[in-house]
Amino acid sequence: MILSRKLEYAMRTRVLSLTVPMMAPALLAVIWTILAHQIGNQVILPGIDQVGELLRHPTEDLISMGSLATNVLVSFVRVIMGYAVAALVAIPLGVVMGYYGFIFKFFNGFLNLFRPIPPLAWVPLVMAWFGISSLATLSGVETGLTFIYLDNIKFSMLFIIFIGAFYPILTSTIHGVRSVNATLIDSARVLGANESQIFRKVLLPAAMPSIITGMRIGLGIAWMCLVSAEMLPGSLSGIGYMITHAFTLASTDIVIAGMISIGIVGASMDMVFRHIEQKNFSWRRLAE
Amino acid sequence: MNHVNGEIIGIRQLSKEYTTEKGEQLLAVDDITLTIPEKSFTCIVGPSGCGKSTILRIAAGLEAASSGTVHYRSNLVVKPCGEIGLVFQEYSLFPWLTVIDNVAAGPAFSGVSKSERIKDALVHLRMVNMLEFKDAYPHELSGGMRQRVAIARALANKPDVLLMDEPFGALDAHTRILLQRELLKVWQLTRKTIVLVTHSVDEAVYLADRIIVMSNRPGRIRTVLEVEMDRPRSRANLQFGQLTDSILKELEYGN
Ligand SMILES: Nc1ncnc2c1ncn2[C@@H]1O[C@H](COP(=O)(O)OP(=O)(O)OP(=O)(O)O)[C@@H](O)[C@H]1O
Ligand SMILES: [Mg+2]
Repeated sequence: MILSRKLEYAMRTRVLSLTVPMMAPALLAVIWTILAHQIGNQVILPGIDQVGELLRHPTEDLISMGSLATNVLVSFVRVIMGYAVAALVAIPLGVVMGYYGFIFKFFNGFLNLFRPIPPLAWVPLVMAWFGISSLATLSGVETGLTFIYLDNIKFSMLFIIFIGAFYPILTSTIHGVRSVNATLIDSARVLGANESQIFRKVLLPAAMPSIITGMRIGLGIAWMCLVSAEMLPGSLSGIGYMITHAFTLASTDIVIAGMISIGIVGASMDMVFRHIEQKNFSWRRLAE
Repeated sequence: MNHVNGEIIGIRQLSKEYTTEKGEQLLAVDDITLTIPEKSFTCIVGPSGCGKSTILRIAAGLEAASSGTVHYRSNLVVKPCGEIGLVFQEYSLFPWLTVIDNVAAGPAFSGVSKSERIKDALVHLRMVNMLEFKDAYPHELSGGMRQRVAIARALANKPDVLLMDEPFGALDAHTRILLQRELLKVWQLTRKTIVLVTHSVDEAVYLADRIIVMSNRPGRIRTVLEVEMDRPRSRANLQFGQLTDSILKELEYGN
C-alpha cells in the first residue's frame, strides 16, 4: 500500500520533471503555428512544419550551398581549431600570471587594453592582415578536395574565434590560480614538491573547476563570434554564411533552420562541459 | 625520564620582521634561541600573534628569517626538505585527491613507485585508524578525520622531525582529546621528534616533554618548562593541574 503510493509519487515527479521543460517550447510552437497561419507569408514567417522538414533532412543539399549538416560541420571545425589555440595559449599564460605577481604586472595592462574591443571589431583589420589566406595557403596545397577542406579554415576567422575565447579562459584561469588556498601550496612544498610539480600537481588541478568554467564561457562566445563573422562579406561557407545567403534568396525557412542548428550545436557543446564539471569537480562544491 | 639526546633542530637568535600592507615594519619574532633534542616532544604555547606559526614556517623552510639561523642536524635550513614535515591547522588536504592519494602525495612528489607508495600509505592510514576511508574525498570527512589524514600524510613522507601548527585547533573538545591520545601513541610508535604549537595549555601539559612559553608580540621565549610526568597523563592528577595553572599565570603576565 505504502509502497504503491511511493511508486505513484515517484512516477508523478518523473513525469512532471520530463513534461515541465517541454512546456515552453510547445507553447512557442503553438504560437508560431497560429502566427504563421495568420500572416500567410513564407518570407516573413514560414510554417513550423516547413522548418521541421529541413531539420529532419540535414544532409540534403540546399540552394546549392551544401547541406545544413556540412555547413554546421565547417563552422564547428573552425570553432574547435581557433578555440583549441586560444585554450593552449590562455591556460598556461593564466597559470603563470596567476602565480607570479611579476608576470601578471608585465602582461596585465597590455592585455586589458585589448579586452574591451569586441571580437567583431577586429574583422576589418584581420581581413587586411590575412585576406583570404587559409590553412591551404600555409600548407601549399592548391588543388583537389584537400584544398577545399583546408581553404575553408581561414586565418581571419581563426583569429576572431581566438580573440573571443581567449579572454574568458585567461581571466578565469588567473582567478582560479589566485584563489588556490596558500596552505595547499605550502603543504606540497613541505612534502617535497618542486616548482614544476607545484604547477602541474597543485595549481592546475586546484584551479581546474574555474578553468573549465572559463572554457565553457569561452566556447559559447567563440561560437557566437564565428557565426557572426561568417555573415560578413568574404565568407563562402559555414552556417552563418548559409543564413545570410538564404536571406538574400528570401528563404526564411532556411534562415530559421540555420538558427535552430546554431542553438542546438551551442547548447550541446555547453552540455558536454556541464557534464565534465559535474562529473569531475564534485569535490569543489563542498571543499573549503 | 627525559634523555638528553643530541640536538636535531637548532634555532639561533632567530628574528623575523614583516613589512605590512601599509609599509610599516612589524617585528613578529625577536631573538629566539632554542634547541630541540632528538625524539623529544616539544610544545610551544603563547598568546595569539606572538609568532608561533612564523617560527614553524621558518623552521620548515617555507619562509626566510630576517636574522638568525635554523639548523637541521648541522645543515642550514633554507628551503623545505623531506626531513622536516609540517602539519597545518586545517584545509591542507588536496581536495581533488582521495584520502589514500593524499597520504601518498609526498612519496609521489619524490618519484616513489605507485605500488610502493600505496602500500606505505595503507600502513600509515591504519596507524591513524582511517583505513576504511581510504577511497573517500576530503570533503566527505569530518574535521577530526581530516586531521588524522593530514598527520598520516606527513608521516608517510618519512620526516625526521614533525612540526605541527595547532593541528587540533579547529576540533571540538572531545575529538581533540581523542586525537591527542592517538598522536601520543603514534609518537611512541614512530619515535619522531615533534614540535607542536598550541593555544591550549592543557594540550601542552598532556603531550609535551618540554613546554616553551612565549611572550606577547614580538615573540620571545618567556620560560622553558620540563614536564616530568609519566604517560599517559591524567588530567585529574594534582601535578597536572598545578603545572597548567602556573603556565596560565605565566601567560597572563604578557610581556
Ligand atoms: N605575511 C605576513 N605579513 C605581515 N605580517 C605577518 C605575516 N605573517 C604574520 N604576520 C604577523 O606576524 C605576527 C605573528 O604571526 P604568527 O602567525 O606567527 O602568530 P601566531 O603566534 O601563530 O598566532 P596565532 O596563535 O593566532 O596563530 C602577527 O602579528 C601577524 O600579524
Ligand atoms: Mg598561528
